[in-house]
Amino acid sequence: MADFVMPSLGADMSAGTLAAWLKQPGDAVKRGDIVAVVHTDKADVEVEVFTSGVIERMLVEPGTEVPVGTPLAVILEEGAAAPAAPVAPTPAAAPPAAAPPVAAPFVPGPGVPAEHRLLISPSARQLAHELGLEVDALTGSGPGGRIQRRDVEAAAAEREAAPQEAAAPAPPAPPAAAPPAAAPAAPLTPAAERSAAMRRAIAASMSRSKREIPHFYLAQTIDLSRALAWLGQENLRRPVTERLLHGALLIKAVALALREVPELNATWEGDEVVRRDDVNVGVAIALRGGGLVAPALHHTDELTLEELMHSFRDLVSRARAGSLRSSEMSEPTITVTSLGERGVESVFGVIFPPQVAIVGFGTLVERPWITEGQILPCPVVNASLSADHRVTDGHRASAFLAAVDRLLQEPEEL
Amino acid sequence: MTPQEIRQSVLEALSDVAPEADPATIRTDLSLRDQLDIDSMDSLNFLIAVHEQLQVDIPEADWARLQTIDELVEYLGPRTGG
Repeated sequence: MADFVMPSLGADMSAGTLAAWLKQPGDAVKRGDIVAVVHTDKADVEVEVFTSGVIERMLVEPGTEVPVGTPLAVILEEGAAAPAAPVAPTPAAAPPAAAPPVAAPFVPGPGVPAEHRLLISPSARQLAHELGLEVDALTGSGPGGRIQRRDVEAAAAEREAAPQEAAAPAPPAPPAAAPPAAAPAAPLTPAAERSAAMRRAIAASMSRSKREIPHFYLAQTIDLSRALAWLGQENLRRPVTERLLHGALLIKAVALALREVPELNATWEGDEVVRRDDVNVGVAIALRGGGLVAPALHHTDELTLEELMHSFRDLVSRARAGSLRSSEMSEPTITVTSLGERGVESVFGVIFPPQVAIVGFGTLVERPWITEGQILPCPVVNASLSADHRVTDGHRASAFLAAVDRLLQEPEEL
Repeated sequence: MTPQEIRQSVLEALSDVAPEADPATIRTDLSLRDQLDIDSMDSLNFLIAVHEQLQVDIPEADWARLQTIDELVEYLGPRTGG
């Protein structure tokens, strides 16, 4: 037996709300399958399992907030002996000996409610919630009937168009005849609440970072003329769907530089640094409604530029659609951020705990550059590193930036 | 395609990238980048969506100078039989 637990999706996440089950008891699952959606202050996150087997029973009902580490479901692992009463929910089954605090077992009855099997993107679910629409009543137009934002919007438009008397009970409106003596603060809209929650989460994480991590900062200006010339040629021969952004080269260079300076590919846990074998570069992604997430591109150093670009596009799209996965939220080992889009030349980032470094890239600018005694215009970018002085020092950190620079001078090798 | 049809396709492509944008309020003569919060990834996705809508492959050098919907419609006209 294995417990499927509420994951930690960020350094300051102590609890999460189970938003929905995407599987039900008796379903076979394999490592990496998405089985649930968890709502955090920052986003709705699709949570994967890390065990292959059969879901024996659910322990927590959707809508319940539980601490990180709380078992949400029990999985009968592949190859393990089946229980006497296979896959039937068995409330009397003994919980694991060392189980953390757990909510009362949630046992879906025969015929699991439709919502537990509902295919709906987290952003669509969020939007439906904001608009006061029941997700059960929606029809999905996506693959396999998956409900997408456009389905929610269509349902909302339909509701708007319906005669007034057919409308569901109206959301609470201030009584016309009885104005309150003292005007209370206006309630926040769901979108504003979500935005406020995200700001709180960012505030907690960044405050902790500045409180606990002795940051130091280095910066280097990098000549990108070779990288951009190579990229221009590459993109000429690529179909539009496979074009590369220069950001993909920067991310790959960071990933490869981490192999040379592995102490920056680490997390700080308790009182010690834990080096990570896998290079999972987190990329800071601004959300369209405001806020920021920094999910991981898994095994960034092993990806070809094509694979990296594909994964990067997919990650940005899913981050903005609210469809990130738990492993992407919990496994970055360093973060890359870029604020160059609006002309910022240098970025000195705040490290995301428990990571130990963040790399910032500014805008691409043309500068006079001396090459072999000649002053020539040259496209350059400012690369900065914010690093944790408990873990590394200026000498090694400068070696890292030098490696990023060197790698970008040989773009065909990335 | 008529300019109106191209404009409609471009707006549909844009809605994939910036779903919150209201087509009715987008100025067709102003930079999309300035009106909407579009970054390089959005721009690439918009380019791909335009390609998928109209089957026109816009070279990178051309894409960089196409800033407004009006410019896009004018550029795409002869390439879509308009």
